[in-house]
Amino acid sequence: MPKIPVRFTLNEAEVGLFVEPQSNLLEALRRGAGDLSPKYGCGQGTCGACTVLIDGEPHLSCLTLAEAAEGRRIETTAGLAQGSSLHALQTAFIEGFAAQCGYCTPGMLMAAKALLDRNPRPSREEVIDAISGNLCRCTGYEPIVDAILAATEGRAA
Amino acid sequence: MSSVEFRKELFADERQDDLKQIGRPAIRQDIRGHVTGRTAYYDDHLFERLLHMRCARSPHHHARIRSVDTSEAARMPGVQRIVLAKDVPNNLNTLLSLINFGKDDEPLIAGTKVSYRGEAVAAVIAETELQARQAAAAIRVDWEVLPHVLDVEEALKPDAPQVNAVYPDNTFDYEPYDHVKLRFGDVHKGFAAADEIVEATYQMSPIEQAPMETCGAIAVPETADRILCHTGTQALFFSLGTTAKLLDMPSSRLHFVGGTVGGGFGGKVDSITEPMAVLGAVLTGRPVKFQWDREEEMQVGAPRGAERWVIRDGVMRDGRIVARSFTGYFDSGAYTRLSSYAGTKGVGHLPGPYSIPNVAANVFCIFTNRTPATAMRGFGITGVDFAIECHMDRVAERVGIDPISLRILNAYRDGDMKAHRRTAKNTALVECCQVVADKAGWRLSAEDRAASSLTGTTAERQAIPETALDEEGRIGERRAGRVTGTAPTERSTGRLPAGTRGRDHAAIPVQRPDMEILSERVGHRMPDPAEAGGAPPLAAAAPARPTPPAASPPPARPASASPPPASPPHAAPAPPPAPPRQPEPAQPAHRSEPTAPTAPARGGHDPAPPAQPKPYEPDKPFSRGVNRPGVSRFLTGRRR
Repeated sequence: MPKIPVRFTLNEAEVGLFVEPQSNLLEALRRGAGDLSPKYGCGQGTCGACTVLIDGEPHLSCLTLAEAAEGRRIETTAGLAQGSSLHALQTAFIEGFAAQCGYCTPGMLMAAKALLDRNPRPSREEVIDAISGNLCRCTGYEPIVDAILAATEGRAA
Repeated sequence: MSSVEFRKELFADERQDDLKQIGRPAIRQDIRGHVTGRTAYYDDHLFERLLHMRCARSPHHHARIRSVDTSEAARMPGVQRIVLAKDVPNNLNTLLSLINFGKDDEPLIAGTKVSYRGEAVAAVIAETELQARQAAAAIRVDWEVLPHVLDVEEALKPDAPQVNAVYPDNTFDYEPYDHVKLRFGDVHKGFAAADEIVEATYQMSPIEQAPMETCGAIAVPETADRILCHTGTQALFFSLGTTAKLLDMPSSRLHFVGGTVGGGFGGKVDSITEPMAVLGAVLTGRPVKFQWDREEEMQVGAPRGAERWVIRDGVMRDGRIVARSFTGYFDSGAYTRLSSYAGTKGVGHLPGPYSIPNVAANVFCIFTNRTPATAMRGFGITGVDFAIECHMDRVAERVGIDPISLRILNAYRDGDMKAHRRTAKNTALVECCQVVADKAGWRLSAEDRAASSLTGTTAERQAIPETALDEEGRIGERRAGRVTGTAPTERSTGRLPAGTRGRDHAAIPVQRPDMEILSERVGHRMPDPAEAGGAPPLAAAAPARPTPPAASPPPARPASASPPPASPPHAAPAPPPAPPRQPEPAQPAHRSEPTAPTAPARGGHDPAPPAQPKPYEPDKPFSRGVNRPGVSRFLTGRRR
């Protein structure tokens, strides 16, 4: 089957790719566009390591067909920092020791960013709910939740 | 929001309290990469013309492979190569062979039979992952399904299916026995003197490590005839050595890049994806990725093995535990991997953090047709600790004593002798119990509150008791139906005098003489050779054949140049049909008279036992050589 052309913006840059008809957005981003920040964890939509924002909403890129990205605005962790200055979430994750192996971190950050963009002052329960689709096997959920809350406070200050 | 609380008042005088980092926040050195998505895991390297590898796997627990038909798969689009057992140059390995422990027992790709569900029988290398997956599904295998065994105790029965041809008894060989023995005091005498006997069985299930990143590797042909391998392994040099051995290539041709692991927890030491990917790169000349999907990670990835523990305690009415015996069954699955080590490690942990004057344990590493087990977060320890602590509660209930009080009463104190004949130091269970009781609002008696790990040891608790020895459970006896019991036997065949510390020993003969580890040089030797030298061998150190008392090494060994004393020469691992009674253990006075039967064996190379497969003999070295005094200044000297 012939490859399909797909155009979208990735972290504010225009991208055009030819993708396999059945391939998913995760592979298109990683091997096609060269953005390696979304991770493969399960391919089944259970772990959240591949979470990216599509038009501001968190999506599991492993379950999203690449062609469905046509014309969309995609954000990943690679585009979170503005130049050399880190996003408040990134700083909070660093200071709060909110990563160990780091494999779930890009997905966590995207799920958290979607929340904060929608709700700048979430409660602890809302934070927990927002990352409930993201697994961390080093079991650092507490520091992750703390870091997300710290990021909201830093923003208010 | 730190939940760490420091109890610096405890043992304050034993500690130079000038720690700079403990208790202070730290910034991880790798975290900036994690939060910017720039940390490069093995899969975060892009290569042109990357090929993908997928395995065809066994749907059966146990089956003979009559034939593998790859013709349809080979014609499918994108397929570059199909890899079978015959393509693996040295298709038999055991992980711990790199440290001389165990016999090669596991193929990389099964060729004649599969011993667990999900075992690989072929691999397809194709242009895309989907093509490789579809072609792997098109491989046809003609199976002859064999009876299987999934329970450890069933596997010990003489008529149980033979899981692993290298270990026909379904048990790992802890020469000369089919299990690890621990003997300290006389446990049966202890039971006879006890007021109460409390016995129970505990069963743990396998646990998958389930790291976020599945196991995988990418191998890439490099210039200068080398293969570059990006891998998520937890054990980079282990994986490199294993790959070199399986593929029969010098390790200097392998360039392994790793160390950035997306979670491991023990599940990434098995070194399967690395040799597979490197083999793929060798066979196709192109970059090859072998990545397990999540289903493989769960089904094929080796978990923490299941364990079954039978604990029997002899308890006095006042709560003192006077005897404790263990029968432990480690479910190794179809192959050894690291379960052999889990067995010895678990035995070193017995009887838990308690001073018990009579302890005995028989611990088996058993082969079943389940997924092979491997390392996971304290494996060998956590399972038996769970059993021991459940059992402590059970004992407390039986004798009507507060469970924390029972633990404080029996806890190690500094200076107590442990069952493996080392003195307990820096003990702290008493203080842990006190703090836990405080936190939980649990009322403790004034006596328990006043207890301390620093006081309470007695001459009796420090002593090594006279120990009952037995010879039951030699390798092969169980299969032959000559022994059925698994618990430590009451039929003692000798006694070890009080105060005997024992000596070091090798569990089994090494496969290659030049891989012998000198215990003096790695620091495992018992501290006092004069004390240890005359002792008859302890437990697994007993020679395979009945030998006169003088089998023990001379009391003072020369520091380095002596022939390797740590390998008792078990020239014939198969035990004699009916082992004659072991002569009375050596008395210290006899020790300096070596006699003929043992002399020729010592220091000689072990001839390969006939029943085993041909030992691995590389024609090119895969850099390993610890027994070459003077070769490297980094290998000499003693670590202590």
